[in-house]
Amino acid sequence: MPDTYDVAVVGAGPAGLAAAVESAAAGLGVVLIDAAGQPGGQYWRHYDENHARPDDRRGHHGWSTFTRLRERLDALTATGRIRYLPGHQVWLVTRDENGAFTLQLTPTTSTRVDGAEEAGLSRAETARALILCPGGYDRQLPIPGWDLPGVMAAGGAQALLKGHRTLAGRRAVVAGTGPFLLPVATGLARAGASLAAVVEANGTLGWLRDPVGAMSVPGKGVEALQYAALMARHRIPYRRGTVIREILGEGRVEAVRIARVDRVDGRLAGPEEEIAADLVALGWGFTPSLELPLMLGAETRRDVDGSLVVVVDDLQRSSVDGVYVAGEATGVGGAALAVAEGRLSAVALGVALRRTPESSRRAVVAVIGRLSREIRRGRRFAAAMHRAYPVPVAWTRWLSDSTLVCRCEEVSYGDLVRAHRDLGAEDPRTLKMLARPGMGWCQGRVCGFATAEISACLSRRETTAEDLRPLSTRSLAVPVTLGELAALADDLPGN
Amino acid sequence: MTYQMTFRGAAVPAEPGQSIGAALVAAGILDWRTTRKGGRPRGMFCGIGVCFDCLITVDGVPGLRACLVPAVDGMTLGDVGDTGGMEDGDAGHV
Amino acid sequence: MTADLVVVGAGVVGAAGAYFASLAGLRVVVVERGALAGGTSSAGEGNLLVSDKEAGPELDLALYSQRIWREDLGEHAGLWEFESKGGLVVAASEHGLASLRELTVHQRRYGVEVRDVARAELRDYEPHLSDGLAGAAFYPQDAQVQPMLVVAHLLRLAREAGALVRTRTEVVGFLRDGDRVTGVRTTGGDIPAGAVLNATGTWAGGVADLAGVHVPVLPRRGFILVTEPMPSRTIRHKVYAAEYVGDVASSDAALQTSPVVEGTGSGTILIGSSRERVGFDRTVSGKAIGTLAAKAIALFPMLREVRAMRTYLGFRPYCPDHLPVIGPDPRAPGLWHACGHEGAGIGLSAGTGKLIAQALAGDGPDLDLTPFAPDRFPEPEEALR
Repeated sequence: MPDTYDVAVVGAGPAGLAAAVESAAAGLGVVLIDAAGQPGGQYWRHYDENHARPDDRRGHHGWSTFTRLRERLDALTATGRIRYLPGHQVWLVTRDENGAFTLQLTPTTSTRVDGAEEAGLSRAETARALILCPGGYDRQLPIPGWDLPGVMAAGGAQALLKGHRTLAGRRAVVAGTGPFLLPVATGLARAGASLAAVVEANGTLGWLRDPVGAMSVPGKGVEALQYAALMARHRIPYRRGTVIREILGEGRVEAVRIARVDRVDGRLAGPEEEIAADLVALGWGFTPSLELPLMLGAETRRDVDGSLVVVVDDLQRSSVDGVYVAGEATGVGGAALAVAEGRLSAVALGVALRRTPESSRRAVVAVIGRLSREIRRGRRFAAAMHRAYPVPVAWTRWLSDSTLVCRCEEVSYGDLVRAHRDLGAEDPRTLKMLARPGMGWCQGRVCGFATAEISACLSRRETTAEDLRPLSTRSLAVPVTLGELAALADDLPGN
Repeated sequence: MTYQMTFRGAAVPAEPGQSIGAALVAAGILDWRTTRKGGRPRGMFCGIGVCFDCLITVDGVPGLRACLVPAVDGMTLGDVGDTGGMEDGDAGHV
Repeated sequence: MTADLVVVGAGVVGAAGAYFASLAGLRVVVVERGALAGGTSSAGEGNLLVSDKEAGPELDLALYSQRIWREDLGEHAGLWEFESKGGLVVAASEHGLASLRELTVHQRRYGVEVRDVARAELRDYEPHLSDGLAGAAFYPQDAQVQPMLVVAHLLRLAREAGALVRTRTEVVGFLRDGDRVTGVRTTGGDIPAGAVLNATGTWAGGVADLAGVHVPVLPRRGFILVTEPMPSRTIRHKVYAAEYVGDVASSDAALQTSPVVEGTGSGTILIGSSRERVGFDRTVSGKAIGTLAAKAIALFPMLREVRAMRTYLGFRPYCPDHLPVIGPDPRAPGLWHACGHEGAGIGLSAGTGKLIAQALAGDGPDLDLTPFAPDRFPEPEEALR
């Protein structure tokens, strides 16, 4: 059996990096497990450092925060205080009778079939506590034509730029809702794309409607102004109260048809207009990755933005003893908030494991107080943003019978309607069993939110956490070869 | 130095550090497999390993996420009838 | 609202009972505390097997059910992806093969169709089978359905014949007239009824308790692994190791695994089967799923490189004598049971539903229900003595 660490931190984005270095600083033995080959997560994604160029950090916010965390990670890894395992995905977490967690690992990318045998890879790690910082990804709503090549998640188009210096198209439309559309659009423009439009479903400067929330993080206002200036400099048309009605093309994206929507509920309300494009980048907020917290039985709730998130207390503790959660998984709120949550979870865990010397107790209490206030402010701001950029209530009315909802299993909206109407599928789980949305390769990661909303809408009720859970829960956190599974049988004792 | 890979016989260049998915997109190749049921084209979508749309055969190993696998000089990408995973394009009875 | 029959439980057995009773002209109300097919019906592979049954009442019911699936329900087979794929039971050793041959002799006598498959013929049946297997038996009657679609469509057809289906309605007690059961009390109100059918599978013991009768149905947990989609006909039949028959019949509480591998219409391959008595524990057991994978690879070495996308678990409704409970309960007249089908409920549901409908209508059922009598078990206090 491997050594048992005090804590396993999963994810090396803003929350996970902060959690790992703070845990090590508090004297804990740390293993940091991350799917990516280098730290930063989605937010600080950057080009392969072995082939870095000075301009790779362009357009990054909070880059100095990253480099500071990164330097501490390097130092702590060098001295053995942190064991850093990049390129590893956790596919199963189990708990033994003493409460220790075992994380089963699989290489993220392996071009060898029997990847686990490759040098330098770990197959399992054990820890007394967990800090889960799994982050999230773009939330999607199905749109007619959204599976045409050339349509990407907004974050995917950005990842190609930031992580691979690759521009996904020459003439782009960025669409959906939320402030994240702006950095994606300005990033594409700066890289040389022509931006045909940013298509924002919600109204103008909606977040100013909630001055208390908007004022809670003053720096964010400056950030918004910077993007507004960039939008102006690149002459990017910003179409508010507008959605993509349909994505058009033969074999690949050629154009989008946009339409105005009703300001109150998002019902289609206006004349349609066609815009030529070869890249469409879509994002409707974010979906937190909850595979691991749900696998462990952590309590979840539906957040202001409609996403399922983990319930944590004021020290980032989930409902499961020994499991802390930080970052987007506790509520989408951006990198600064994630860093604060990561730090707080580490400090709190240090206290819980009695690694905080008596002499520094007072200082630790002060740190906890400061981080807690920062987190409360960040949460208020995030809530204001979520209220300003909601998923329009009537979005399912944009769908036609043939619109694909599940891209993997090719399940259309019509298939879901029929499973509901004819076969009595009243909830997302039954819908999934009868019509197969979320049963394919991605296991509902992409269509889960939409399927839950469609199911609730067909049953004429509000979406609940209960609707979201069955499509967010995955028995295996990532696919794993049967060969790796079989090895598990040899590793584990008895029953 | 630029890597050279081949996709269904055609040369695809890649910069060291780029993913194979990015290299394909940069070469103007937007799709590299079809779906089992409808035969719809699939390429990059989420770009970060979540959606599994971009599955591709690399040096004979099927079902890898093109957005995550780093390009390596000399790689052979794609397979005739790639439908993601160990698939032969035969939809069977669905 | 009054009913001729209240069916408690919208799993496959309840759905079949509701369907056949509705066709027989009874006014049927189905009550289900959760959603349809929410229990064990959605946690299996959808097997309609004769191959794993030793001669006796369960095999009789399986063969009878085969007829109902193919004849009474034949016109609907496409709705639930009925596939008469056949089962291949493989033996690893000469000794195992000898036992298998012995079993088939008895099965043939009872009307099971079975072909002996020699070692040299194995690859004609399954091209990817491992080397070094001794031989097999092929059962052409073994078939597969998508069980959730069975439940949904049987209930739809029952509704078209006049039945009412009420989900999210939990039975909390029974209406009584002396010993007699005269309906159910539910979270959605009372429903008086001429008869009540307890079709609550693994949870049937609890429902029986509400009526003051003892029906010993216990959960026996099983895991299934689901692979990535594969080319169709990668694995052509339901393939399992001969030891499976022994594991099914055993009552051991400890983890038992015997490999069962089969393809599905959606391209995935399902890998079972594990059995353990651990109550209703829903924790994923690494040991169980790891062992399933190892044993499946032993049968089909190519599976080593295939990825599992998910695993799911369920609780088979298991009775101490491995026979289901089917028929009227003399201890509480008006109460009927159709439960305890263990891992065979999908296959046995069709026959069970038809027999219950026949018996309720006062016709003699096609099959003698005596071996399945609800009061055949010792009362708990007797058992303690």
